[in-house]
Amino acid sequence: MTPETSRTIAVEVNGVSYEREVETRKLLIHFLRDDLDLTGSHVGCDTGNCGACSVLVDGVLLKSCMLLAVQADGASIQTVEGLGDDGELDALQQAFSDHHALQCGYCTPGMLMSATWLLERNPRPSEEEIRRAIQGNICRCTGYVNIVRAIQAASGQEVSE
Amino acid sequence: MLLREVEYARPASVGDAVRLLAEHDGARALAGGQTLVNVMKARAASPDVLVDLNGLDELKGIELGPDGTLEIGAMTTYTEILESAEARARPILGEVCAQIADVQVRNRGTIGGNVCSNDPTNHLPPLLVALGATMTIRGADGERTVPAEEFFLGVYMTAAGPGELLTKVTIPAGKGDGFASLPIGRDGTCIVNAAASLDGGAPARVAIGCVDAVPVLVRPESAEDDAVRGAVRAAGVQPPDDVHASAEYRRHLAEVLAVRAVRAARERAS
Repeated sequence: MTPETSRTIAVEVNGVSYEREVETRKLLIHFLRDDLDLTGSHVGCDTGNCGACSVLVDGVLLKSCMLLAVQADGASIQTVEGLGDDGELDALQQAFSDHHALQCGYCTPGMLMSATWLLERNPRPSEEEIRRAIQGNICRCTGYVNIVRAIQAASGQEVSE
Repeated sequence: MLLREVEYARPASVGDAVRLLAEHDGARALAGGQTLVNVMKARAASPDVLVDLNGLDELKGIELGPDGTLEIGAMTTYTEILESAEARARPILGEVCAQIADVQVRNRGTIGGNVCSNDPTNHLPPLLVALGATMTIRGADGERTVPAEEFFLGVYMTAAGPGELLTKVTIPAGKGDGFASLPIGRDGTCIVNAAASLDGGAPARVAIGCVDAVPVLVRPESAEDDAVRGAVRAAGVQPPDDVHASAEYRRHLAEVLAVRAVRAARERAS
């Protein structure tokens, strides 16, 4: 319980177990990107606003720039690399591709994680529910319309015109 | 962003947490971190030791007493409150928590962190003052309780001092509550907000946020629009003037939003 400036943590990320020593000041996003080389999650704003760093920690959608890596000790984490199977896109990723739900793609990893969290809890969300679910994810290219359509399509619903 | 070097401890009990906070100068409790981690990035706060409260189950959870009193652990997240069947005993709680930031922040941010950071634009300080909540604070010498209107002392300052920890928020029974705000974008930071409760009997309790360092509590003689407007005017608030709104406009909003909050409370009470 003595305060310390570095710690050894054990995490499972996308089903793979890792044990690493980390500085206590390191944010989870940097641990994922720099220590584990999982660069799918992005650093957009680094102020907790843009959501590009969103990941699931023990099944809960969080922004990994507002969590210390040591706080994830013992957790099971899912990042965008954990979506799909062996290079095959999952239904949500395929829908993003089909509906042109990305242009520059910077926000996409976070968008996919937020949409994954939404669809796990609400398999047939309304347009309003989709829009609120991605409120914490900023996209400066698409105007969100195609992202909403992709999430509607992935949930087997008719796509808004 | 690389934070300044900081020591970190994860206590196993509230007792250990309080001991750590008391033993180390410059120690701060880390709740959800949705404010603290960001201000640490900006070096606006530079604690030497972080005492992580995540994992302390005794600080989590919502209990509804037989008399309708709600006891909410300080480390209960906004999402837990807005999804809780017990918290629906006082529906305004979930409604206001649903307006805070976004899904990710609501999943991690806590009621205790919201009130202890006491950012004057936060939603929960005026709400808890209007509801007549009581705050339980644990320190080395034991536990004490403070009414919400005495808990908020200044910008980022509360009655939970160095070496102390807010452990629980207690909210009396009732349902005649309302909340109104003008946010910057949906669910954004509030320019002015107001909460009202008619449950404490007349006069109503109306608390206005964002116009002073702490929520401003006014007690209009009746719940009629004119009485509420007059009581807010008589409080003579001196709100800040910034890029989002002039002081004059905030004064105007304080009256308008107080009236709206009381109307909503009246509707629900009837």
